[in-house]
Amino acid sequence: MTTVESHDGKRLLEQLGASDYGKPPLGCMQCGLCAATCPLGPAMELPPRKLILYAAAGNLEPVLSSPALWMCVACYACSKRCPRGIELTEGLWPALRDAAMQAGIQPPAELQETFQNVLKYGNVLGKSPRQRLDWTKGLDVRVLDLSREPRPVDVLWLVGCYPSYYPRNQVVARAFARILTELGVSWGILGARERSPGECDRMFGEEGLFETLVEQNRELFDKQDFGKLVVLDPHAFRALQSFYPRFGAWYPVQHYTMFLAEHLEQLRPLIVRPVEAVVTYHDNCCVGRRCGCYDPPRELLQLIPGVKLVEMARNRDDSLCCGGGGGGMWLDAHIVAHGGQRLSDERVRQAAASGADTLAVSCPYELSRFEDAAKVTGLEERLKVRDIIELLAESMELGERSVS
Amino acid sequence: MSAQDVLVLAEIRGETLDAVTLELLAAARGLVSATGGNVGVIVLGRDGAGHASSMGAADRIIVFDDPQLSTYAPETYVAALGELLAAERPRALLIGATSIGWDVAPLVAARLDAPLVIGCIRIMDGEGDLRVTASFYGGKMLAECRVTGAPAILMVQPGSFRPASEPGKAEIEIRTLAAPLQPGAIAFEQWILPQAGDVDITQHDVLVAIGRGIQQKDNVELAESLAQALGGAVCASRPVVDQGWLPATRQVGKSGMTVKPKLYFALGISGAPEHQEGMKGADLVIAVNTDPKAPIFDVAHYGAELDILDLLPALTEAIEAKRG
Amino acid sequence: MNIAVVVRQVPDLIEPLEIAPCGTAIDLDAASFILNESDDHALEQALLLKEAGGGTVTVVALDSGDVDNTLYTAAAKGADALIKISQQDHAPRSPRTAAARYAEAVKPLGADLVLVGVQAHDELDGALPPFLAAAMGLPYVGVIRGVRAATETGAVIVCKEFPGAVMAQVRVKLPAILGILGADQPPRYVPVSRIRAAMKSAQLSECEAAAPQREPLVSVVRLVPPAPAARAEMLSGSEAEVAARIADILSAKGLVK
Repeated sequence: MTTVESHDGKRLLEQLGASDYGKPPLGCMQCGLCAATCPLGPAMELPPRKLILYAAAGNLEPVLSSPALWMCVACYACSKRCPRGIELTEGLWPALRDAAMQAGIQPPAELQETFQNVLKYGNVLGKSPRQRLDWTKGLDVRVLDLSREPRPVDVLWLVGCYPSYYPRNQVVARAFARILTELGVSWGILGARERSPGECDRMFGEEGLFETLVEQNRELFDKQDFGKLVVLDPHAFRALQSFYPRFGAWYPVQHYTMFLAEHLEQLRPLIVRPVEAVVTYHDNCCVGRRCGCYDPPRELLQLIPGVKLVEMARNRDDSLCCGGGGGGMWLDAHIVAHGGQRLSDERVRQAAASGADTLAVSCPYELSRFEDAAKVTGLEERLKVRDIIELLAESMELGERSVS
Repeated sequence: MSAQDVLVLAEIRGETLDAVTLELLAAARGLVSATGGNVGVIVLGRDGAGHASSMGAADRIIVFDDPQLSTYAPETYVAALGELLAAERPRALLIGATSIGWDVAPLVAARLDAPLVIGCIRIMDGEGDLRVTASFYGGKMLAECRVTGAPAILMVQPGSFRPASEPGKAEIEIRTLAAPLQPGAIAFEQWILPQAGDVDITQHDVLVAIGRGIQQKDNVELAESLAQALGGAVCASRPVVDQGWLPATRQVGKSGMTVKPKLYFALGISGAPEHQEGMKGADLVIAVNTDPKAPIFDVAHYGAELDILDLLPALTEAIEAKRG
Repeated sequence: MNIAVVVRQVPDLIEPLEIAPCGTAIDLDAASFILNESDDHALEQALLLKEAGGGTVTVVALDSGDVDNTLYTAAAKGADALIKISQQDHAPRSPRTAAARYAEAVKPLGADLVLVGVQAHDELDGALPPFLAAAMGLPYVGVIRGVRAATETGAVIVCKEFPGAVMAQVRVKLPAILGILGADQPPRYVPVSRIRAAMKSAQLSECEAAAPQREPLVSVVRLVPPAPAARAEMLSGSEAEVAARIADILSAKGLVK
């Protein structure tokens, strides 16, 4: 293992500043807004401003070995607030995590396993690629597997790992397939060849793994003829929109809320029945705070008669992260062990306090995180968690036919 | 000594005669019943002769007396066995797939250029050849093999044969080697016993066992909650212990503990033979695994194809509700 | 201490195994391959010994499957040299012939210690580490969890694992071969960027090693997926339904107090 030399800290920050990830970190004025706004700030031994302070002073070793390095859930709150415009979430954190791993510091075991899974099997869950199409079994609409039958389509839909493999999310995948078909969109998927776009790996600091995935995905995408990519996962959206182009891999991409919102008028006549629910929408961090897309999800919800939309006290750019990004899905143990809390628990309390009986989400992680949190906080009876797709499908009478 | 004779290596560690020895005797008896021949059990080290009364199923008990054999060392064991087999040329030598067996069986096979089969679960006569069924690929595939040449060295999976109970003639022969054994490069120094103070899982009626499916250290507490609701203890398969999420004293399996509880939950455990060895004797086994082909379902009484991370909280709740 | 590590690729059990049309072997073309788990532990143990006491680690593999990736990963983790043994023939690889090949490649290294994973799940009629020891004329002990250098040079102290969490402490004079079950710590993680860098910078030397042709003493008559005498009664339904059913079963047996 190489030992990290102290002067590397300043050099690392300089290199980061010279890259195009926001303004130079060395411009940090130590105001502490990042630490104050970070939902896990109080539990971090070294919040962002201290990471910069130590690194700039040439004292990188405590930074790289601090457990705080693995507590960021990539919620973008700090980056949003930083008065110097330093790209903390997408620049500083991944760079420090990468530096730690290069120096031989072992990331938490759960993350290691995720990396191995993505590298070997192309998905974070470590499931066989051949099972990627299991969600389509018994589906009543035709699924075009472009890896076997390539042909031009308007939409290449990247289904994602959780919607492909995880039973709770497979419901959402099937509903979206029905909605796309009902809309008359020409669409296809990559079937068993689909691989994770690698957004989380980049944020966890596995730059090398991310590069490998960009190469693999480019090869897959370049063989296809499509108008745009559509994703269910906001993190995938961010990666494809912002990080892939840095490698020269540029593809038009939309998160499904943006895509469907563009088709608002085509959707309207397909809505055939009301859904009686008091709904509050949780703005996810990537599509919301980072990309400023707050209205399209709400427009979709307001399309549904019977839905009464209420807002949580913290909404839009002030939304509280579910805690699943940046590795958070796998780091609950680590975070709780170091005095942090499960943010999803707090968020469902906020949802219930808004008077809603339904918490609407548009990110695959949030379904399981919020449903778990509802059980843990005893709110299971009061609060249902649904993806927007599920609510739309219900109102279009395209929901699950069989009991699952 | 006839060409139909079968020899068995007694597995003795310190003062304990491992149960696998009696299983090997049963396998040997089964083989000679078709062909005639005697069953001999080999005891390395004079101290082992004290176990003779337990090995009544053998026709001969061959005790090797050499000071070097008082503790286990691969080189001396292999030298003794090599000499015996060269002299006796039995049809087969059966050795348990134990820590000692994994050293000795292949080394003897290599030394004698004799056929070797590992993972044997069935041994039969096939008109001159031996017909052996062996398990490999983590228990996911069986190979039916024909073995030509003698002696055949067969490493037997513990738990594959019911321990022999019928008595044989059991005459004891004490033998010395042609020349005294010399110490080799490998020397046993001492036994290292596990730390006392932790839970003794062999004493619990209810065990909640977790495997790779538990995924994160944090999730171990889900198993603890269930164990608590049932008044039991948490144990694990090797991968969980390898990660350091539970101490080695909680490991169930070939290289861990053997348990015989009233209730054994196998959660997120694939059930490879090494694990099955440690828990097959449980009265009631309930297995949960997302892989319907997991070998654990072969030894379970009830099974469910669910994710343990979802089932565990629901199950704990259901049990608590029953307790009222 | 100069250490040689032998690593093998084995079929990944995450996919169901398919029997080849001949019926006596697994369809290797349909299988995907991964590094044998106990060989990964052997590599980790070698790296730990090198870090503790200096020396070199050479990793040796037969050319098969995705072995290049495995070798470069080993280099990224700290291995000093990589050797790939090319195979001209495609005869089934039995541990005995494999051992002869490895012996030819490893002997010239003059290693003090050779570490090999004690098990590989595709082994049937042999076990590589002891066969390699016999082919190289080196002493062997296996089922080892943990190796450290002895205070005097030329020996190591190893822990041989026994049931019930009991270990035997064993002294081994070098040169010797050890069959590794586990290292002193789990195999380390190395970032993919290091592996990619190793692919550009690490030297992978190739050698040839003949396999003696011989009639197999053990022949597979047929492969059969295990058909158990008894099988679990499968409970179906949602988590809540299955949980309730199990609670009923336990309650009926007096196991819920």
